[in-house]
Amino acid sequence: MSTNSEVWVWAEQRNGKLMDVSLQTLGKALELSQDINGRVAAVLIGDDAGALAEELVSYGAEKVYLVADAQLKNYQSNAYTRIISELIEQYQPEMMLFGANIIGMDLAPAVAARVRTGLTAHCSDLKMETIDGKSQLVATIPGFSGGMIVKISWDEKRPCMATLSSGAAEKPEPDQSRQGEIITVDYQATEEDLKIQTMEMVEKQPAATPVEGAAIVVSGGKGIKSEDDVKLIQELADVLGAAVGGTRPARDAQWVVEDNLIGSSGKTVSPKLFISIGASGAAHYSCGFQKAKYVIAIDKDPQAPIFEVCDLGIQADLNEIVPALIEALKTT
Amino acid sequence: MALKIAVCIKQISDPEYFSQITLDPVTGSIQRDKVPAILNPLDENALEEGLRIKEKYEGSKLTVVTMGPPPAREVLDWGLALGADEAVFLSDRAFAGADTLATAYTLAEYMGKMGNPDIIICGNMTEDGATGQVAPQLAELLNIPHVTSVSEVEFIDEATIVAKQNIEYGGYLKVQVQLPALIAVVKEINEVRDVTAEGLMDAFDKDFTTLGAAELEADPDLIGNAGSPTKVVGTFKQEIDRQKEILSGSVQELAQKVREKLSEANIL
Ligand SMILES: Cc1cc2nc3c(=O)[nH]c(=O)nc-3n(C[C@H](O)[C@H](O)[C@H](O)COP(=O)(O)OP(=O)(O)OC[C@H]3O[C@@H](n4cnc5c(N)ncnc54)[C@H](O)[C@@H]3O)c2cc1C
Ligand SMILES: Nc1ncnc2c1ncn2[C@@H]1O[C@H](COP(=O)(O)O)[C@@H](O)[C@H]1O
Repeated sequence: MSTNSEVWVWAEQRNGKLMDVSLQTLGKALELSQDINGRVAAVLIGDDAGALAEELVSYGAEKVYLVADAQLKNYQSNAYTRIISELIEQYQPEMMLFGANIIGMDLAPAVAARVRTGLTAHCSDLKMETIDGKSQLVATIPGFSGGMIVKISWDEKRPCMATLSSGAAEKPEPDQSRQGEIITVDYQATEEDLKIQTMEMVEKQPAATPVEGAAIVVSGGKGIKSEDDVKLIQELADVLGAAVGGTRPARDAQWVVEDNLIGSSGKTVSPKLFISIGASGAAHYSCGFQKAKYVIAIDKDPQAPIFEVCDLGIQADLNEIVPALIEALKTT
Repeated sequence: MALKIAVCIKQISDPEYFSQITLDPVTGSIQRDKVPAILNPLDENALEEGLRIKEKYEGSKLTVVTMGPPPAREVLDWGLALGADEAVFLSDRAFAGADTLATAYTLAEYMGKMGNPDIIICGNMTEDGATGQVAPQLAELLNIPHVTSVSEVEFIDEATIVAKQNIEYGGYLKVQVQLPALIAVVKEINEVRDVTAEGLMDAFDKDFTTLGAAELEADPDLIGNAGSPTKVVGTFKQEIDRQKEILSGSVQELAQKVREKLSEANIL
């Protein structure tokens, strides 16, 4: 199938604000479009979204497909799926990327199923690679055993679609002098669209300091076994002015908030210091702090794979070492 | 109001044993020998929600469906013991190697041709695949609306539900949906029940149907490996360039050491 060599990004807006993960995804799309000598285009759906389209241009979008209508203010899964699928059929992009947040993960699979193409979830990276003499898009996702990474590619169907984890790519620097083409697309609601309607959207402020963007992250795993342990970790974080993240079991036990899950299903962080406590170091987790400048790992098991991915490993029981650390670091 | 309810469930490797799962370095396929299997935890919540709806609307019928290899039938037996009325097992060698689209297609072939449910309930995500893609793709292939990340569902009338869709930081969307529709649920939607001795006994008398590719009249190009547009093309060992200095000893000394290292590295 021949395509127009465009790399598309779904630019999600909520209440008139572009989502950070969409801008990060745009950063990845810029990289990929250079590799394939193509162009980057954003698909923007909302009510009065003209100013956001300009903003996307300043971030590097060479084209913006803008679909604006009062009915489209909030995400509506049927309408958004239809709009994007029809645009794909009309313009035939080479790739289409979505941020892997909750709404992105609701929408991307539906679009992929409607246009019958492949979709890879929660990619930690995407690049062009030569396989069997052909340049192809390859996604990397963590595999099971310690540090194994799986590479996934697409068959001949286009666009190649992927959702990119939050923090996996960098948001480009905006530049007001950039020029781009804004293509406005008309919207007419169909009976199908109206089968599902968002009546209300309530956004909340993070209850805990978000791990994304934090200079220091303290992250706990299943080694946390009680509320007291949670307090201990929090105390260490407070001493350091750090955000608290954690592994999936820690999240499931509600020791850390859902939004601060570290790893392929959660956030990818790049703080100057990352302290992992009582987490074994599964690839799904450690891919989330690969970009940290300095990593300290605390675990009582000397064989834990976490010690393979840290700068400084401390083999100790968290109940003993964390209070000592709090003491030692308080006085800095 | 009697509803036809279908709940999609999947057997997964027990997450307690994830560190023992290895990958075949050549094919990239997962080797899970000796790793115990369980029902995907969120699918228990999906089933619980299905049971609650069934109990609320007399005459409703709940079908549990899975696609998987022969051992996966266990999760259906479990579903029957918990209170599902019938089980449908989609199992065929030709289904093997399916990515999410091929999985969704196979489930949709059953739902569309034989199931015709008013409401399909899925887990929001499986713990071993964690794509969360199957549910929206199944809905799309059936041409019905879907809502993921559902933490509350309320029936307005027999053809309309309102679902609460959780989004980041505790926010949410209130979504009104016309049935037939699919919802994918998160853990907080309910507390799951335990199986009873009576439930276990009753399970033996319930309908259990196994269907293969031929019975579904599935297009061979759309199932299993052949029907999967994404492919594993390789695996590699992640090389991480870190100092890997591992220390043990008295915690006071270790704590001092951490402090020194952090000042050396100019972090504190
Ligand atoms: C597709 C997929 C996606 C996934 N996505 C993610 C993800 O995004 N994020 C994620 O975290 N996981 C994810 N997982 C799960 C991941 O594979 C691991 O199961 C998980 O990271 C393990 O968490 P853990 O290290 O906290 O628990 P464990 O592996 O059980 O490790 C606990 C560690 O704590 C240590 N410990 C126990 N007590 C103490 C103590 N008192 N003091 C010091 N140390 C102690 C133990 O020695 C052990 O090393 C995913 C899995 C799959 C299949
Ligand atoms: N093989 C399968 N058989 C039945 N249901 C499935 C299967 N795979 C996924 N599902 C359903 O889709 C949900 C999301 O799965 P996933 O997309 O793999 O994260 C699960 O919680 C199940 O409800």
